Amino acid sequence: MTQTDDLIESLAADLTPVQPLRPPPLRALLWFAVVAVIALLVVWPFANLSIFMGRMQVPRIALECAGSLFTAIASIVAAFELSIPGRSKRWAALPLAPLVLWLGASGMGCLANGMGMPLAHGESPHCFMFIVGASAPLSIALFWMLRRARPISPLPVAALATLGVAASAATLLQFFHPFDITVIDLAFHLAAVGCVVLLGAALRRPLLSAQ
Amino acid sequence: MQVSIDSTLLERDRTWSQLMRAAQSGERTAYERLLRDVTPFIRSIVRRHCNNRADIEEMVQDTLLTLHRVRHTYDPARPFGPWLAAIASRRSIDALRRRVRVSKFEAPEDGAYETFADAAANSDLEAVRSSEEIAQMLGRLPPKQREALEALKLKEMSLAEASVSSGQSVAALKVNAHRALKALRALFHERSP
Repeated sequence: MTQTDDLIESLAADLTPVQPLRPPPLRALLWFAVVAVIALLVVWPFANLSIFMGRMQVPRIALECAGSLFTAIASIVAAFELSIPGRSKRWAALPLAPLVLWLGASGMGCLANGMGMPLAHGESPHCFMFIVGASAPLSIALFWMLRRARPISPLPVAALATLGVAASAATLLQFFHPFDITVIDLAFHLAAVGCVVLLGAALRRPLLSAQ
Repeated sequence: MQVSIDSTLLERDRTWSQLMRAAQSGERTAYERLLRDVTPFIRSIVRRHCNNRADIEEMVQDTLLTLHRVRHTYDPARPFGPWLAAIASRRSIDALRRRVRVSKFEAPEDGAYETFADAAANSDLEAVRSSEEIAQMLGRLPPKQREALEALKLKEMSLAEASVSSGQSVAALKVNAHRALKALRALFHERSP
């Protein structure tokens, strides 16, 4: 009997029933439901909704907000899909279109503001802190859910998950961002998103590896 | 002819899918049959990445272990073949990458395996000949390290087998075996400075 035969016997002997994972879109929806509850409890009481609604009347700002929201949704769905073996690698491209919309609308905002000195560039570090700070607890919840799938290719899963988390945080930031975007703002936002994605990618093994 | 091959493959996939569904609910006989049925399929995928027989078997075993670990991710509503093929390809690529990484830092030293007619020339080996002494030194190692060393180096188990028998992950086994060798080396130096 070969070693492989022995292994098969021992694996069969160790077999215990398992509950198949729910479909990835459903799991993504569950995560967004958790985020929505957190947002309602934490953001709602402190956000200035009248200013937010006023800013959403400007199509470019509404597009920017929609871009970050859809980047978050697409990235998280793609991360859940790619955490399962055999799913198409094309899922990784899902967030590209909303990401382009997000960056494009933000870039247009910088141009509209004349690329000049920002009205409130002193706030930019706070934006950075908000995105990084809000991403941390959201990442913990997301990685806790993703690691159940024990992804066999953790890098794209971690990168997409953290992009989704950072985009979610950037969307939440819109509720506390009563001024239009400037070049420095955009640079800080991108740096924050980049930091979160790099950190997630670097920590992919401890965060996603099997227990 | 093509239609017939396609329908055979489709039928095979359907059977595997049914067996996997049964395995997910804990049916051991179905699981064992599935693992035996899919092993040649896994081997054919691994062969695309590697042509060394021993390495192929190691990759096949690694794939079987991964299949076992992630069996809850299989969705019975979807085909089984692509799910398994993705695992086999991934594990083969990971093994090759690992090999390249290791080969960057290690080089074979033929002299290390040589023994000489003159017993005195083998003094290092002679010094530790006593199996009692070796057993004593092994006894001084932490249990996990001793277990890893015994399984991999003394019983000559593959990583996959050692992982199943010891309950340690493949990565933990490698680390513990490495640390055990290092500790043994230190013990040898200690007793014969």
